[in-house]
Amino acid sequence: MAEIVGGITTSHIPAVGNALANDESRNDPYWKRFFDGYEPVKEWLAEVEPDVAIVVYNDHGLNFFLDTVPTFAIGCADSYSNADEGWALPQLETFQGDAQFSWHIAESLIEQEFDLTICQEMLVDHGFVVPMQLMWGHLEGWPVKAIPFAVNTVQHPLPSARRCLALGHALRKAIESYPEDLKVVVLGTGGMSHQLQGERAGLINVDFDMQCMDSVINDPEWLASMTNTEIIEQAGTEGVEIIMWLIMRGALQANVKAVHKHYHAPISNTGAGVLVLQNAS
Amino acid sequence: MSWQKHDYENIPGTYVFDGKTSHSSYALNKLFYSFNKEESRKAFAEDPEGYADKFGLTGEQKQALLTGDFLTLLKMGANIYLLAKLAIPSGVSVQDAGAAFQGIPTEEFKKNLLTKAEGFQEKLEKEGGFWNG
Repeated sequence: MAEIVGGITTSHIPAVGNALANDESRNDPYWKRFFDGYEPVKEWLAEVEPDVAIVVYNDHGLNFFLDTVPTFAIGCADSYSNADEGWALPQLETFQGDAQFSWHIAESLIEQEFDLTICQEMLVDHGFVVPMQLMWGHLEGWPVKAIPFAVNTVQHPLPSARRCLALGHALRKAIESYPEDLKVVVLGTGGMSHQLQGERAGLINVDFDMQCMDSVINDPEWLASMTNTEIIEQAGTEGVEIIMWLIMRGALQANVKAVHKHYHAPISNTGAGVLVLQNAS
Repeated sequence: MSWQKHDYENIPGTYVFDGKTSHSSYALNKLFYSFNKEESRKAFAEDPEGYADKFGLTGEQKQALLTGDFLTLLKMGANIYLLAKLAIPSGVSVQDAGAAFQGIPTEEFKKNLLTKAEGFQEKLEKEGGFWNG
């Protein structure tokens, strides 16, 4: 049976893509502490050796334009390509998918009343690519298969935090009911506090970010009970991406062990948090 | 027919991108979306006005676009992620854009980011359990 080996949270800041492409940035004082925070994650991944990563992210106008905005969409293809998204980012090699597992997840989630959009072609942008780079970009080729799971955090109405947590619970059932022996890691990406737009641009809220990290570990109900407007007030219009962390969290059991916890701010315009969580039992 | 009010409309300096915004600025955002392609970015650079006309922008939208007036574009309903496809290839970073929204120099905007995060390591230490914190 497929087994969830753990969950990871990470920001998906596009500037990271460029910094990773430029070796000099790695030890630049601006970046060093941020990148150092991923070393224990890489060690953990090398130890647990997951077969598949389900990457929960939002598309920023590469695969989806405003003509069609699915609230939740899952990639059900054999592979996924990165492409020019107009943000001057290096383009990465194609990611291998697992279509059979994707379709199983789609079937299970729809049976559990989460009506997903199913994508048999899906370009993946920095929201998906940067987390993959942070986890496995230092290796030759991608050592895991990847399943993109896109959430609309771009055009309101967005799904609520509570809906995201509930989706995570359903995702756990979907994964654990797959008969193949697969080790699965779930990545909740995006956040933390940042606002790119308007006179309030440049918002960073360290206290709220820390509360969110604590909530995602110990009390997901706290974050799940907030409205998106309340989250935007605290974390900024783009900081609302934190709701995607709850999909990862919901896929884990009620009690988790925090294997790793790291925070840095600012990177680009953003507070950046990293968690590695494992089921406690 | 009327657009419904939302509680997020009252957050200062913040333009939440919703149905009303998206509906009113569809052509503008479609133009930005086209910048995913190198040939579109080139075509715009060669003839910005002609390119804007192809997308059926209003006179006001066109003026804000051609003068690079980010705050006005935002108020007209530009989506920030799509607006970035105009900004970044022309060498305008998200910090430059943030500074433009506030009418301050980029250096000041960057300094403010650092100030807002100031003392975070002490906070992490106080809470405990953070790695390298």
